Amino acid sequence: MIKGTVHKYGSNVDTDVIIPARYLNTTDPKELASHCMEDIDPEFASRVRPGDIIVAEDNFGCGSSREHAPIAIKASGVACVIANTFARIFYRNALNVGLPILECPEAVAGISNGDTVEIDLESGRITNITTGETYQAKPFPPFMRELIEVGGLVNYARSKLKQ
Amino acid sequence: MGQTITQKILAAHCGRDYVEPGELINARLDFMLGNDITAPLAIREFEKIGAKTVFDKDRIALVPDHSTPNKDIKSAELVKTMREFAKKHGITYWFEIGQMGIEHTLLPDEGLVLPGDVVIGADSHTCTYGAIGAFSTGVGSTDLAAAMALGETWFKVPEQMKFVYYGKLPKWVGGKDLILHTIGLIGVDGALYCSMEFAGEAISELDMAGRFTMCNMAIEAGGKNGIIAPDEKTLDYVRPRAKRDYKIYASDPDAVYRQVVEINVSKLEPVVSFPHLPENTKPVSEATHVRIDQAVIGSCTNGRIEDLRIAAAILNGRKVHPDVRLIVIPATQEIYLQAIREGLAEIFVEAGGAISTPTCGPCLGGHMGVLAAGEKAVATTNRNFVGRMGDPKSEVYLAGPAVVAASAVLGRIGSPEELT
Ligand code: SF4
Repeated sequence: MIKGTVHKYGSNVDTDVIIPARYLNTTDPKELASHCMEDIDPEFASRVRPGDIIVAEDNFGCGSSREHAPIAIKASGVACVIANTFARIFYRNALNVGLPILECPEAVAGISNGDTVEIDLESGRITNITTGETYQAKPFPPFMRELIEVGGLVNYARSKLKQ
Repeated sequence: MGQTITQKILAAHCGRDYVEPGELINARLDFMLGNDITAPLAIREFEKIGAKTVFDKDRIALVPDHSTPNKDIKSAELVKTMREFAKKHGITYWFEIGQMGIEHTLLPDEGLVLPGDVVIGADSHTCTYGAIGAFSTGVGSTDLAAAMALGETWFKVPEQMKFVYYGKLPKWVGGKDLILHTIGLIGVDGALYCSMEFAGEAISELDMAGRFTMCNMAIEAGGKNGIIAPDEKTLDYVRPRAKRDYKIYASDPDAVYRQVVEINVSKLEPVVSFPHLPENTKPVSEATHVRIDQAVIGSCTNGRIEDLRIAAAILNGRKVHPDVRLIVIPATQEIYLQAIREGLAEIFVEAGGAISTPTCGPCLGGHMGVLAAGEKAVATTNRNFVGRMGDPKSEVYLAGPAVVAASAVLGRIGSPEELT
């Protein structure tokens, strides 16, 4: 179960603002996390707490394919990202590095910045503790669940090579 | 049921006759790619997987193009990681500085990606190779790591969209203008998760360079891939280069599309995308008030010889405006050499431009032309996000090579028509 405070953003949050290209000369998750969201929300890195949740509108993570973006978000302590839609490469990268993400327009519409929200990943149920509302996201398709269950793509490939 | 070219290629790579949009498949891969930003991460993940070696050393390209020649110590270390990995595993297509070029121009030019292929690259503009009738798409570093070990990867079969361009292309209007115009029409998420098939008489008229430019920017509309059915022009390009066998596919007449968009090109003006999204398009005549500090001709979008020829034709005998820095970056060593042989390099230098060895450089604000706060650039690159070419307070305007070259002379955004 995930429970945390919501940091809410608008549409088209691109990977250049999630982690600007000028910091791509490192792959260290902690260092990346310290610059996470810097260009649209300079205080994010100091404000975010483990378990917090990012909520955004359309096309979250658009732009370059840099996996540094979900790594930066995950290393900053964010436990889940909820959006109306995600850019597809970000969607893929996030699951492959073990950052859960949910598409749920009802939740995005109902949740405000600073709300406390609880998420049950298995069922896809999202509860807004601040307002008492609940929303239902599509649970992951079976293939994705298997990938997440073994702990992401690296473990999946490792187990497949052993077969 | 009829299928599109994308569905047919994906079906063939998972041993099926038919695939349905939305379904998850595990597909065999013909080729894969990593660069100096994404490959080091992939290599780290590859080590974690514990594979003894790669699935096929002839089907992987490692291209150090983003921050090379190494712009700082950290970049040098990333490239060193790649180089050592390439040597250790005997990777055939490791491109050292001096042989390398910008990956998405280099791979098709070297005949490494071919019609009918399924290709992944740990770089979002991997969708470029759709121009020769391949299914190619960008993935992350972990995807590349698993693919280097297994030779396969998972895909969600995309929904299909078709863009039909009819009418005659006006002078100075090329592939870049068509794709910018299209992104302006449908928005940066207008083709989210979708396959974008480009067709119609204006596409047949386009040269391969223009087609690469269009497929290159499918990602800027959210697309999973861009694709153009091969024709005689494609085969003329592919035949002398191909390093393997390849297969030509075409969409069935009764293929199902989520949406078909028809675009009349005959009244189009060259297009400019305003900051900070590629969808903020305007005809060039509405952009002539924008004064610029820098003009960049290059990138995987427009760094081909055809692009340099257009720019050189405009710059020939003219001078770059005293307030503008013009930076020209041929996309590969071969294009660089060709530009020298044809006398284009001389024209750029005579005009007061700086020519760089192949690199992504300023396209992602890395080096070779980074912008300071408040500065504006017009560029043939593909992204104008906040901070993309440097300081978060700088601005990037996207355009084709004709407009960028003319703007370099004018000192503001403008069309070649304005030069007398
Ligand atoms: S030229 Fe620009 S868009 Fe193309 S691969 Fe390099 S950084 Fe990416």
